[in-house]
Amino acid sequence: MANADCIIIQGSNMAECHPVGFQWVTEAKARGARVIHVDPRFTRTSAIADTHVPIRAGTDVVLLGALINHVLSNELYFHDYVVAYTNAATLVSDNFRDTEDLDGVFSGFDPETGTYDPSSWSYAERAAPPGPSPRAGGPAGEAVSGDGEIEGAGGDEQGSARRARAGGQEHGAAGPSLEHANVVRDESLQHPRSVFQILKRHYARYTPEMVRDVCGIPVEQFHEVARALTENSGRERTTCFAYALGWTQHSLGAQFIRTAAILQLLMGNMGRPGGGIMALRGHASIQGSTDIPTLFNILPGYLPMPIVGEHDTWQDYLDHISSPLQKGFWTEAPSYTASLLKAWWGEAATADNNFCYDYLPRLTGAHGTYQTVLAMLDDEVEGYFVLGQNPAVGSAHGSMQRKAMTHLKWLVVRDFQLIESATFWKDSPEIATGELRTEDIDTEVFFFPAANHVEKAGTFTQTQRMLQWRHQAVRPPNDAQSELDFFYDLGVRIRQRLAGSTDERDRPLLDLTWDYPTDEHGEVDGAAVLKEINGYHLTGEHAGELLDSFSQMRPDGSTSGGCWIYTGVFAGGVNRSANRVPGADQDEVAHEWGWAWPLNRRILYNRASADPEGRPWSERKAYVWWDEETRRWTGKDIPDFPIDRDPSFRPDPDVGGPAAIAGDDPFIMQADGKGWLFAPKGMVDGPLPTHYEAQESPVANPLYTQQSNPSRLVYPRKDNLWSPSGDEPGADVYPYVFTTYRLTEHHTAGGMSRWLPYLSELQPEMFCEVSPELAAERGLTNGDWATIISARSAIEARVLVTERMQPLTIQGHTVHQIGLPYHWGVGADAVVEGDGANDLLGIVLDPNVQIQESKVGSCDIQPGRRPRGEALLRLVADYQSRSGTTSETGNARLTEGDR
Amino acid sequence: MGYLARQLAGRTDPARDAGWEEPPSRKGFFTDTSICIGCKACEVACKEWNALPMDGDLDLTGNSYDNTGGLGASTWRHVAFVEQSQERISAARESGRRLVDLGMPTVGSPPASPEASSRGVPAGYGTLPAPPEDHGPSLGELLSQKESAENGDLGTTLEGTPMVGPLPEFRWLMASDVCKHCTHAGCLDVCPTGALFRSEQGTVVVQADVCNGCGYCVGACPFGVIERRTDSSVSVTGDGHVPNVGVAQKCTLCYDRLSHDQEPACAQTCPTTSIRFGARDDMVAAAQDRVAQLHEQGFTEARLYGANDDDGVGGTGSVFLLLDEPEVYGLPPDPVCATSKLPEMFRTAGVAGLGLLAAGAVAFLGGRR
Repeated sequence: MANADCIIIQGSNMAECHPVGFQWVTEAKARGARVIHVDPRFTRTSAIADTHVPIRAGTDVVLLGALINHVLSNELYFHDYVVAYTNAATLVSDNFRDTEDLDGVFSGFDPETGTYDPSSWSYAERAAPPGPSPRAGGPAGEAVSGDGEIEGAGGDEQGSARRARAGGQEHGAAGPSLEHANVVRDESLQHPRSVFQILKRHYARYTPEMVRDVCGIPVEQFHEVARALTENSGRERTTCFAYALGWTQHSLGAQFIRTAAILQLLMGNMGRPGGGIMALRGHASIQGSTDIPTLFNILPGYLPMPIVGEHDTWQDYLDHISSPLQKGFWTEAPSYTASLLKAWWGEAATADNNFCYDYLPRLTGAHGTYQTVLAMLDDEVEGYFVLGQNPAVGSAHGSMQRKAMTHLKWLVVRDFQLIESATFWKDSPEIATGELRTEDIDTEVFFFPAANHVEKAGTFTQTQRMLQWRHQAVRPPNDAQSELDFFYDLGVRIRQRLAGSTDERDRPLLDLTWDYPTDEHGEVDGAAVLKEINGYHLTGEHAGELLDSFSQMRPDGSTSGGCWIYTGVFAGGVNRSANRVPGADQDEVAHEWGWAWPLNRRILYNRASADPEGRPWSERKAYVWWDEETRRWTGKDIPDFPIDRDPSFRPDPDVGGPAAIAGDDPFIMQADGKGWLFAPKGMVDGPLPTHYEAQESPVANPLYTQQSNPSRLVYPRKDNLWSPSGDEPGADVYPYVFTTYRLTEHHTAGGMSRWLPYLSELQPEMFCEVSPELAAERGLTNGDWATIISARSAIEARVLVTERMQPLTIQGHTVHQIGLPYHWGVGADAVVEGDGANDLLGIVLDPNVQIQESKVGSCDIQPGRRPRGEALLRLVADYQSRSGTTSETGNARLTEGDR
Repeated sequence: MGYLARQLAGRTDPARDAGWEEPPSRKGFFTDTSICIGCKACEVACKEWNALPMDGDLDLTGNSYDNTGGLGASTWRHVAFVEQSQERISAARESGRRLVDLGMPTVGSPPASPEASSRGVPAGYGTLPAPPEDHGPSLGELLSQKESAENGDLGTTLEGTPMVGPLPEFRWLMASDVCKHCTHAGCLDVCPTGALFRSEQGTVVVQADVCNGCGYCVGACPFGVIERRTDSSVSVTGDGHVPNVGVAQKCTLCYDRLSHDQEPACAQTCPTTSIRFGARDDMVAAAQDRVAQLHEQGFTEARLYGANDDDGVGGTGSVFLLLDEPEVYGLPPDPVCATSKLPEMFRTAGVAGLGLLAAGAVAFLGGRR
């Protein structure tokens, strides 16, 4: 980021929530970079930014889409980069229909299931293997000029419909495979079915005026942002985006990020210093928790979790990850997977038993946190481990979370403190309202004290994919244990209980390699685990040695490795995550500080920092380039590309894998080697981002009849009601938009801050932020109390009246937004308590990643404290009844209208 | 009299005045409020290191994000939050420009007006760029490159992009306040027990076990920094004990850490280097450079606070870069050490006494005659 000429922070409050990483924004600014902050509120990030752009929560696709339209219409995109490195020139099947044709849905939508059959989004394909075919993507002279060479309607659809209705949870990071990379390209970008032209048509109505009418951003301010972006992109300059949960936590959150990806590809800002899209991740190792996942749908290294009925055999599973004829490194998945299974099951995993593939559980559907909570309410879940999380406060629909836990037989909470999720049975808001009675709750709660970060050794993987080793400073006090110790111990005890069992279902546990060395205190050696993750040669002359690179992994069981992307962290037998050469003692890329996956490459896809011939786009932005003399890629970073692949190399179209990566295919993990402006596969809710309103919105979608994302996951229930939206009757009962967020002074649901006096006194009470105009409209006084009512619940908060909240004008109407930090919860144990903002939220999820929409909702606000006891329920019910909401409200997948 | 006068007002080296022979360089802070992000890590690091109790109040103040309120016996760093609209920003820029015209501080001529430049979109639209720190080019390098590239034109970045655009509509100032460790410290001068002393680093430190809680120092501090701890403070330790109740307390500039070659906790924890620590001369020089840089770029609202050795406290050990007048941050615009007039008072009292003596003598002598 320090190398950026312009930084657009959108969907993130970086200075408050990532203050340490923010030093690089400060650094960029010192070098003259422009910093723009797009956010519903003026925050501590805005205070440091050059420009704050207030936006209506949930409308980012319109702003970004209008920027896409602006750079396409005015030919401000980085032409050479776009033609060579993206799929702009690739032709799409003529079965594809855009949202502009179908009034807000793409072709392939099934209203019954709410899912898409993506087969019509596929790339068009040549009619027949034309012998020694001119390679797709060759010089412009070879480009196709019309439909003549392209198979007609319904041609071979890559990936085909057999995985048509795959849920978003069913793919690893590879996405579904393409059958091959033999696509048709028109490098003049003129073909009407080229991605470029499709993109142009799709965003044509996303104009500065639309931005004004949907986002509430004045036209002049739009142009200011557009100028900053375009003047700071190209050969000589780069712009980067930074986002966090302000983009992800929406019913189309994944598409927000996709829109930025399209824009950054068009501007040539990917794979280059000072470019990119920075996903700012909150906790110290939240990146690590997806690399080696705590998610239900992936295995380590973003390999997909097998699905029942679809991946019954080892071969089915491997075929699903990649096809042998697609380009790039995912074709090596059999090596990564076999090595993973060898790391887990050691000697028991052999080629004959497919490395114990059948020990892996199979997915039967989505098992995200919200599906699990709903299953608890249906008494389908007996036990629950809560670690590093406080769902009673931190998850959407707090009331449902707490009630669900009363259905458990047992609950394990591991934390530093008696968080609300451990004490809900005696002091939750539902006890106060009489909905729950302690004597009726028979959940047995086990509380285990946890060691904190200075009391245990191991790695954190931070937002830059960098592993940093952490030494133990002091031993954990009393009974406190690290996670590593706890789970090791748990495994040992379970295996002792199962010892001697002949039941087949116990084999996966009994066959696990569970033999880590311990120190004199009995604590497991974290470095031994990291070595297992790195992987070993198991046979041959190097047997017993650590792997240096994932390229050494083999599919035959001769190597192990617990997470292929982490292989190399112990290259040469050295723990490279513990490298700590100070920045001042090395060059700017600082390879000797920590270790970043993959293979210590600091910028992904950095081949794109050079032009198609391998020369830096400019001296100023030189990063990785082709050295003619040594015939190798070289530069400041470790090249993220086959090291000796000549820029002019063109593969045989009949080969796949790494060998099929052309010398100008920088995106080596993509099936066609190109950056995807249009996603023919992988997104379950559309190949292009399209603006939909949030589940609850005071505004009718001005772009389409379709109001909200038709693929969003809805849960129509009486305890999950929604405010009417747009022009629907009753929408005015909940007239205001609220958004939830964090403050610097606290940590998420408060487990690490509300028990600490020094932090608690800095932000002692739950508050809401309102504009002076809204305060006047509702009679709110600074410092006094207000009650905020949604269709689910009502909470109270102290009022901060501030000009940092600004009313927006949307289609001639004033829209007020209310800011709600979500750190407080009701419970007796913390230094400070307060009502939880997440109690106001309902459950509606993004279909790609199952994240809840917690950044936008509808509410009313009234002066004064909320009612106590049962009266609180009556207040909420009264609002529900006045708005006329039922379990149908807001839950129709397709919006009724003239389509 | 001259020695005493130097101890009470004007330019001097306080450690030597206090009798330290060959003291190390005088230490101090430079708090650059233009890059403060209001994270309050300094407040927490200070309390953590010094094991301070809570102030005892867990209510929202309703005053922006400031729930600390001010410096006190149990709060030795305090971050102020000031929300301002355009009118006030404009006034601040103008008042800063007038300071320059008055020649204080010396930062060169006022910048060329931003309109004069025709190099495209301004890089900054009214907020200030950060100073380059360890990772980037040095400030001197940056300025010299800039000048050679542009023949001395003002108000642009290295790249030649104009820095200052239209005034922002709104801004949110954040500033971390701390004990000033004055050259002439009223608190120290009035302390009857010797609990307050001048350290070899030139700082002012309270010895809690010597203080008798008389409270003279509280009234003698022109900044309202030092206070006696009351029993409303709340313990953060398991035993409920609050130390030093009734005793005067304030920032020690981490005297204990300095004695072990460590920098103060607040400076070490600051993520944006808004709080810097070092030899006071270096801090003043860095502050002057930074103000000069900002003025060259057109941000005339930037000004120094505490770096004037001829002010009413002889300059402060902690210097600040402010973006508005001191009152806006709750700082006195013209602090005067309560004891600075002592020599004058002594002189006046002495003259009066001598006069009385003379009159008495005259009367006595006259009587005899």
